[in-house]
Amino acid sequence: MIAELGLAALWLAAALAGLQTIAGFLSVRAGTTTELGGLIRPAAVVQGVFAGLSFCALLYVFAITDLSVKLVASHSHALKPMVFKLSGAWGNHEGSMLLWVTVMALAGALIAVVERRLPDRTMQAVLAAQGFVALGFYAFLLLSSNPFERLPIPAAEGMGLNPLLQDIGLAFHPPTLYFGYVGLSIAFSFAVGALITREVTPAFARAMRPWVLGAWVFLTVGITAGSYWAYYELGWGGWWFWDPVENASLMPWLAATALLHSVSVLAARDALRVWTIMLGVVAFSMSMLGTFLVRSGILTSVHSFAVDPERGTFILLLLALYIGGALLLFALRASTISEGKRFAIASREGALVVNNVMLSAILAIVLLGTLYPLLTEAFDIRVSVGPPYFNPVGAIFVIPMLLVMAVGPLLRWREDRFARISREMIVLGAILVVALVLIAVLGDVALLPLLGLAVAAMLTVASFLPLRGRKLTRVPIATWGMVVAHFGIAVALFGMASESAFTKERLAALAPGDTTQVGQWAVTLDAIVPVAGPNWTAIEGQLSARIGDGEPISMRPQSRTFWAPPQVTAESVLATRWNGQLYAVMGESAGDGRWQVRLWWKPFVTLIWYGGLLVALGGVLAIIGRVRDDLKNRSVLRRAAERREDMRPEDMRPEDMGSEDMAYEDMRSEDMRPEESAL
Amino acid sequence: MTALRPFSAAALRQALMALMALLMLSLGAPLLAQQSLPPAPYANRQLDDPAQEAIAHELMATLRCLECQSQAINDSDSPMAGDMRHQVRISVASGEHPEAIRAWLMERYGDYVSYTPQVSATTWPLFVVPLLILLVAGAIFWRRFARRA
Repeated sequence: MIAELGLAALWLAAALAGLQTIAGFLSVRAGTTTELGGLIRPAAVVQGVFAGLSFCALLYVFAITDLSVKLVASHSHALKPMVFKLSGAWGNHEGSMLLWVTVMALAGALIAVVERRLPDRTMQAVLAAQGFVALGFYAFLLLSSNPFERLPIPAAEGMGLNPLLQDIGLAFHPPTLYFGYVGLSIAFSFAVGALITREVTPAFARAMRPWVLGAWVFLTVGITAGSYWAYYELGWGGWWFWDPVENASLMPWLAATALLHSVSVLAARDALRVWTIMLGVVAFSMSMLGTFLVRSGILTSVHSFAVDPERGTFILLLLALYIGGALLLFALRASTISEGKRFAIASREGALVVNNVMLSAILAIVLLGTLYPLLTEAFDIRVSVGPPYFNPVGAIFVIPMLLVMAVGPLLRWREDRFARISREMIVLGAILVVALVLIAVLGDVALLPLLGLAVAAMLTVASFLPLRGRKLTRVPIATWGMVVAHFGIAVALFGMASESAFTKERLAALAPGDTTQVGQWAVTLDAIVPVAGPNWTAIEGQLSARIGDGEPISMRPQSRTFWAPPQVTAESVLATRWNGQLYAVMGESAGDGRWQVRLWWKPFVTLIWYGGLLVALGGVLAIIGRVRDDLKNRSVLRRAAERREDMRPEDMRPEDMGSEDMAYEDMRSEDMRPEESAL
Repeated sequence: MTALRPFSAAALRQALMALMALLMLSLGAPLLAQQSLPPAPYANRQLDDPAQEAIAHELMATLRCLECQSQAINDSDSPMAGDMRHQVRISVASGEHPEAIRAWLMERYGDYVSYTPQVSATTWPLFVVPLLILLVAGAIFWRRFARRA
């Protein structure tokens, strides 16, 4: 019963998305406030409610392990702990797509309720675009991936969830990423709405910015958490594999990073209009591409995808429709949107353009390296593109970008001279050179980690320079956000370079009582004991590790055997010290009474994820600062609104207006709604 | 209502499992029936000479585990990756040049086994496209700034 209710709610939500789209489209075309126009916001809200109900129904059937529902029977098990029963709801294709549309519908409902700054017509176009995108995903769910499908005969027991996925970090990893992916759908809808009404203004940028920032924070946290999960769960000490699934989350992040810088320029300076719109389209396109890569099965094998193509083809069609449609709209409209205010290269905007171009280039490299093997595989040529490609080729663009990032925030808007910040630049250059020389002389470090360490040292100082000479209590919260996020990049970079340069590895077969050495640590295998958990048994190695005569620390890695489904996983143990992590894994029996033990000492490795969290924290601070300013200014803005309308024609230069200039003036005298007459 | 099983049953089950695990351990039974062959000696053992091990490690990081999804052979539990690690280590120990080992593996398993891209008829776009991107990036900067400088 509950499953059927969930399905019904899903159909209703889809119908409301359809209504939202049609009503939005018609009233945007009519150009006046129609009765239909009044339906759009309520439709968006109710759509969100129904989608939410539908997802709750799915959670419920998973919570009670209703084995007559096919999805539950094939992905859950009565004996699983409750938290993994619930996370099992989205740990599969259908459930995760339902989560996707639910988040999207809730986000749509939220903008329908809170966003009141933009002109009505732009908002209608935005919500119509949002409804249109959601409609495609509802169709996908309802027509090819119904999560509520019943089995003709209820299963006796569920098939269980992949033990690798029975991990608390992973339970919340996909939702976090989806919040990011789907938050970008809002940015996309804003971009499309603004393209339709040609209202690419600083006000538009300010309305879009919290969504971009929010999505970006979720993506940052999601990627950071995913990386840490891979690091401790896969049991080999790697934290980034340039796996297509990882790249699928990195690409939207790169686009969103570029977008949030671009949207800030638009909000503050009314420049980079076309860039902002394009990045808004690209960012969500990357989200959809990522979903396609992960969900279509194309990664497992291009050929199996070609043999059973229903779902993959469906997502591919959605991709073509939305990305193609948005790019077509962009191509048609971009020429009519002026570039915005001009600026010199030695300016904050100039540095941010470099940032945008470099991030876009990195995005293009990752996209190429991810899709190229799929492309050749379609022609039966298998090539591997991995770290030895991505790392150096990416670095060509990353390092110049980081150098610009160091000085960009020191520059003034619009026009500045490098001479004005020459002292800062000399200091930063000196740090860079000294660090390079010192590390190169003292340690035997490969080129990329060497550059990483030196740039990280320089960036650490550079990220705080914008605060120099300012009264710290008066610095806006959003500026703190930038400082913290840039510092986070330096921290993460240092962790990556340090891990790559200084990791010590020890693989050993130990009998109880044996000791081995990894880095400064002496590790002794004290005993081997069996242990049991709720749905697994394990062989546990009791290790004690110490430096010199120091206090020993106890580490108990396990080799776990799950039986639903049957699988062996290594439960690694991490001992965290201020200067790094000791990583221990239990392997198999060597057969002669000895056991395989894998040990790593990874200096400063944790900084990778602390850095990622700092970056996310910076984003959160920026949101707080911006939203607070918005709320504070809202009443002031409302009072000043009329005055601003009067000043607008002087603000826009003649070339912005073109032939519409006259119509604009005519209409303005009539009803003071320039955003409509601009068409 | 399986979620509400009485505690005692759960405790009993756990005790049984522990017993089973103990039994398996004491009998020395293979943990995984499908992995009946013991791993090759150097699959999980480092070479004694740290310099040689470093060479082997660097090479292994760029060889693909053919059974896994996007993992190098030094990042994988798969038996085949273990065999390949063994192969690489003994080849390095016998003084073979790493690139010769890579070439041998590529001959045997195809280009797919190597993560280090080499320019060839099938991979040239991987190298040309970044150059194009550099040119495009340069062009964007030029268009935006050069005329105004």
